[in-house]
Amino acid sequence: MFSSGSGNTIIKSKLISRRMFLLNVGKAIVLVGVLGRLISLQINESKKYKTLSDKNRFREWKLAPERGTIKDYFNVEIASNKQVYQIHLIPENTQNIEDVFFRLKTILNISDKKIFSLKKKIAKQKPWEPIIISENLNWSEFSRINLFLHELQGVEPIVSVARVYQDSSSAHVLGYVSQASAKDLKSKSYLKEMSVPGMAVGKTGLERRLDEEIIGKVGFQRYEVNAFGKRIKQIQVDEGQAGKNYQTTLDLEVQKYVAEILGDKAASVCVMDIYNGDIVSMVSSPPYDPNTFVHGVDKNYWNSLISNNKKPLINKAVSGLYPPGSTIKTLVALSALENKIIKPLNTVNCKGKIELFGEKFHCWKKDGHGIMNMRTGIKRSCDVYFYEVARRLGVDRLSKTAKKFGLGKKVLKDFFEERPGVVPNTVWKKKFIGQNWYLGETLHSGIGQGYFQSTPIQLCLMTAQIANGGFEIKPRIIFDKKNNNLKEYLKFKNENPNQQLPPELLVSNFDLKPLFKNQENIKIIKDAMYSSSNEPGGTSYGSRLDDERFTFAGKTGSSQIKRFTEAQREAEVKQESLKYKDRDHALFIAFAPVKDPKYAISVVVEHGGTGSKAAAPIAKKVIKKVLERHSLRQAANNLIGENI
Amino acid sequence: MFQPRSIQSSLSFKDKLFSIDYTLVVSILILGVVSIFAMYSTDGGEFKYHTKSHILRFAVFFIMFLILSFVQIRLWHSTSYLIYIVFFILLVGVKYFGLTSSGSQRWLNFYFMNLQPSELMKVGLILFLAKYYHRVSLENVNKIKFLFLPIVVLIAPVLLVVMQPDLGTSLLIAAGGLIVAWLAGVRAKFFIYALLIFITLLPVAISFLKPYQKARILTFLNPEKDPLGAGYQIIQSKIAIGSGGLFGKGFLNGSQSYLDYLPEKHTDFIFTLFSEEFGFFGSLFILVLYVVIISRIIRIGNITRSNFGKLYCYGFATAFFVYVIVNMGMVLGLLPIVGSPLPILSYGGSSMMAIMLGLGIVMSCKVYKDTPVN
Repeated sequence: MFSSGSGNTIIKSKLISRRMFLLNVGKAIVLVGVLGRLISLQINESKKYKTLSDKNRFREWKLAPERGTIKDYFNVEIASNKQVYQIHLIPENTQNIEDVFFRLKTILNISDKKIFSLKKKIAKQKPWEPIIISENLNWSEFSRINLFLHELQGVEPIVSVARVYQDSSSAHVLGYVSQASAKDLKSKSYLKEMSVPGMAVGKTGLERRLDEEIIGKVGFQRYEVNAFGKRIKQIQVDEGQAGKNYQTTLDLEVQKYVAEILGDKAASVCVMDIYNGDIVSMVSSPPYDPNTFVHGVDKNYWNSLISNNKKPLINKAVSGLYPPGSTIKTLVALSALENKIIKPLNTVNCKGKIELFGEKFHCWKKDGHGIMNMRTGIKRSCDVYFYEVARRLGVDRLSKTAKKFGLGKKVLKDFFEERPGVVPNTVWKKKFIGQNWYLGETLHSGIGQGYFQSTPIQLCLMTAQIANGGFEIKPRIIFDKKNNNLKEYLKFKNENPNQQLPPELLVSNFDLKPLFKNQENIKIIKDAMYSSSNEPGGTSYGSRLDDERFTFAGKTGSSQIKRFTEAQREAEVKQESLKYKDRDHALFIAFAPVKDPKYAISVVVEHGGTGSKAAAPIAKKVIKKVLERHSLRQAANNLIGENI
Repeated sequence: MFQPRSIQSSLSFKDKLFSIDYTLVVSILILGVVSIFAMYSTDGGEFKYHTKSHILRFAVFFIMFLILSFVQIRLWHSTSYLIYIVFFILLVGVKYFGLTSSGSQRWLNFYFMNLQPSELMKVGLILFLAKYYHRVSLENVNKIKFLFLPIVVLIAPVLLVVMQPDLGTSLLIAAGGLIVAWLAGVRAKFFIYALLIFITLLPVAISFLKPYQKARILTFLNPEKDPLGAGYQIIQSKIAIGSGGLFGKGFLNGSQSYLDYLPEKHTDFIFTLFSEEFGFFGSLFILVLYVVIISRIIRIGNITRSNFGKLYCYGFATAFFVYVIVNMGMVLGLLPIVGSPLPILSYGGSSMMAIMLGLGIVMSCKVYKDTPVN
C-alpha cells in the first residue's frame, strides 16, 4: 500500500505541477493584460483622463458684468445702473423642485404660466446652472424671501445691478436693453461665451450700437465641487470687466425740455452743432419708458405701444421718412445758383398756378405771390417760383446738390434703425420704379414733394452745412474732442480777414471739404432764410426771436402726405384715422444765431399742418434754450479738452 | 515510514521560526502598511474610523496569520472537512440571522465584528477540496461517483451566497473550488460540460438576478450609455486611475476620491484611489507586491511534499490571483462591477480574516513542508 500509494502520490504530484504550470502561463498572460491596461490608462490616455477629472472637479459660475453707463455732454448719466433684488434658483440644490415652486408661488405671487416656462428652461440647462426666478423684486418681497429662505433650499437671493434710465426724453436715442434672445445669441458673435442668466443686451438705439463695448466682459467663479455638487472651495474668481462708459454729445437738459414741449405729439427735433456735427439734441415723441423693457416688458404696455398710431417705438429723427417739402427750396435755389441757371434777381410772376406739360401746378397761395425773385421766393415760399427754377435746373442737378448736402444717405453710423431716405433722379427712377422720368415730377421735386424722402436728421445736417458756410461736417453723437477743423478755420479767418483761401487749400490746410463752388451762393441762401424768419411776410415771421442773441434764420415746410408712394408710406399711415392722416406734416429748419451761427435745428411734426404754425414755434423755444446753454456747453467742452 | 514523521515532529521552535518564508511575511506587511496609508487617504487625510479599525484588524489578523503558521499541517488536514462544515453552518446562519444592508443579507453579528461567512467560505472550499483530492486516487478522480461530492460542496455554498444576493463573492468561491478540481486532474471535458450546463441555465439564472445586478452587467458592456447611472462607477474609476498619470496626484491629493466621485473607495475601489494618488508607478508597485506574494505561495506549493499541501497552496495562490485580477479588472473597466475586495488592501474584516487564515495555512505548509499528512 505504501509503495503503490507513494508511486501514486508522485504521479499525482507531477500532474498537479503540470496543471499548475498551465495555470501560471494563463496568469502571466492575464497579468500582462492588466499591465497593458494600466499603461494605456495612466500613460497613453492620462491627458484625457486628467481633463475629465478637472471637468469633474471644477465648475464655473459666470458673473454678468456691469453695463457701461452712457452720459450726456456734461457727464450727467442718462443711462446708468441700479441695484436690483433678484432670486435665483439652482435646481441641483433643491430637494424637491415642485415644493420650492409651490412655496415661491405663495410667497411671491408667481403665475403658473411663468412657472411652466421656468421649468421648461430648467430642463434645457445643466442642473447646477442658476435660473432667475424673479429679476426685479421690491424690497418687501425680497425681505419676505429672506425670511422664508430656510424652507427654500436651492433658492438664492441675489443683489445685482440692472440698467436704469433717468427719463424717457432720450428713450429713442439710447434705445433699451432686454434679456438676450436666442436670436441675439445666435446672430451676435460677441455674445458667444456670454450666456449668463440675466444678461441684458442692447436692442435698439445707442444701446444696440455700443453693445459690444458697453456690455463688458463676463467674469466667472471657479469652484471645486464634490460629486454631490457641493462647493468645496473657491479656486479662482474673475470679476469680469464692467463695460466701457460712453459720453455723448447730447444735452440732457435740452432733451428734457424738448420732450416736454413735444408732449405726446408725433414729432421729432434734432439740434446740431454746425461746426463739429455734435448732436446736441435728438428727441422723438411720443416717448416710451425704456425701463419697462429691462426686466421683460409688460404685455399690456407693449400692446399699447404697438397699437398707438403715433408710433412711440420709432425713432422718428432717424427712421421717420418725410418729403422735405418747402425746406428743400433752400437747396433748389442753391443748386440753381451753383449751376448758374438763374441769377438771384431774375424774377418769376406767380399767379397762383402754372400749366406745364398739360398739367396744372398750384402754388400754396391760391391768388399767387406776384413778381418773385430768389430772396422773396424763399421768404414767402412761393411754389410757382420754384417750379420755374426746378424746370430750368432739372432733377439730376438738383439731386446732386441734395446728396452733397446730406440727403438720401444715412447721417450717423450709430443707429441700426436709421433709414437713408430717397433723393430722386432719372437714374434712380429707372432703377427702382422702372419708369422714365416725367418732367412734371421735376416740378414736384422742386418743392420737395414727389419721390423725395428725408429724415429729420438729414434736414438738420443739410441746414447745418448751409449755416456753417457750406462745409461738410460729420455728425456724431458719441463725444469726441477731435474734429474741430472748422473752428480752427474760422479762427484763422478771424485773424486774417482779408485772405481768401481757395478750396484746394481748405482741403490741404484744414481738412475741410467745401460743398460749394462759390461761397457767395451760400450767403445768398442764408440771407433769404433770414428774411423768411425775420422780415414781415416771411413764412416764419410769426415765430421770430427779436433778441439778437437768439435770432434765427429758417425755412418752413409742409409735406403733402397724399403724395407718398405706396412703399414709402405703408409703415406710416396704416391705422391712422382718415382726418388725422390727411393732414400735412409740418416741417421747419433753422440755424441760429444769425450773426454768428452755432446750431442748426430741424423740427418735424407729423400731421401737424403747416410748418409755420406747428413746427416753427417749437423751433423758436428750442433755439432759445440751446443758445442759453451755449456758454455752459463751451465751458464744459474746454474743461474736457484740458483734462484729456 | 517512521523516520520522516519523527523528524518532523521533533522540529524545535527555532527550526520552525527559521523555516518561515520571510519574503512572504514582509511582502504582506508592506501591503498592510500601504493599505493603512490608503485608508488614511480615504478618511480625507485624517486619523478616523476607517483607518483606526483597519489598523486594528490588520494587526489582529496578521498576528493570527503568524500564529496559524505554526499549526501542524496534519491538524489542518484532519480538520479540513470540519472547517468547511463550520463555515457552511455560518453561511446557513446568515440566511436566518444575517444582517441586511443595502439590499443584501451577508453578515452575522458577533459582538466584536460583523462576520461575512461567504468570505471565509472562499478558503473553506479550497481546504475541503484539497483534502478530498488528496485522498482520492488518481484513477478515481474522473469517475462520476467521485465527482458527486465536489459538485455538492461547491454548489451548495455558491447557491447560498447567490441568494444573499452576492454575485461577486459566489463567483469567487466557485472559482476557488474549480481551480482545485482542475489541479487534481479532473478532465477538461467536465469543465466544458459544466460550462454548457451553466449557459443553458443562464436564462433561468438571469431571471433570478436582481435588477441592479442585471444593470451592472449591461453597464459593463456599455458604460458610457448611462454615465450618471450604473456606468458612473466604472467611468469615475477610469477617470481617477487615468488622471493619476505616471507619478500620481500625490498622497491625499486624489481629487476624484476626496470629492466623492469615487464610489466604494474604502473597499472595492481602494486600488483606484491608490492609483490616482501614486500614479502608474504606484499601481506597478502594488502589482509587483501581489506577484511576489502569489509566487511565494506557489513556491511553497512546489516544496511542500504532500499533495494536500500542494493542492491547497496552488489552489489558494490561483484563487488569490483571481481575487486580485477580478478587482483590478473591475476598477480598470475590464470586467463588470461584481463587488469583490482587493486582498489585504481593501477595508473589510471578513475578507482580511479569510485571507490571513488562508495565508496561515500556506505558511504552515512551509513550516511542515516535509511532514506527510496521512
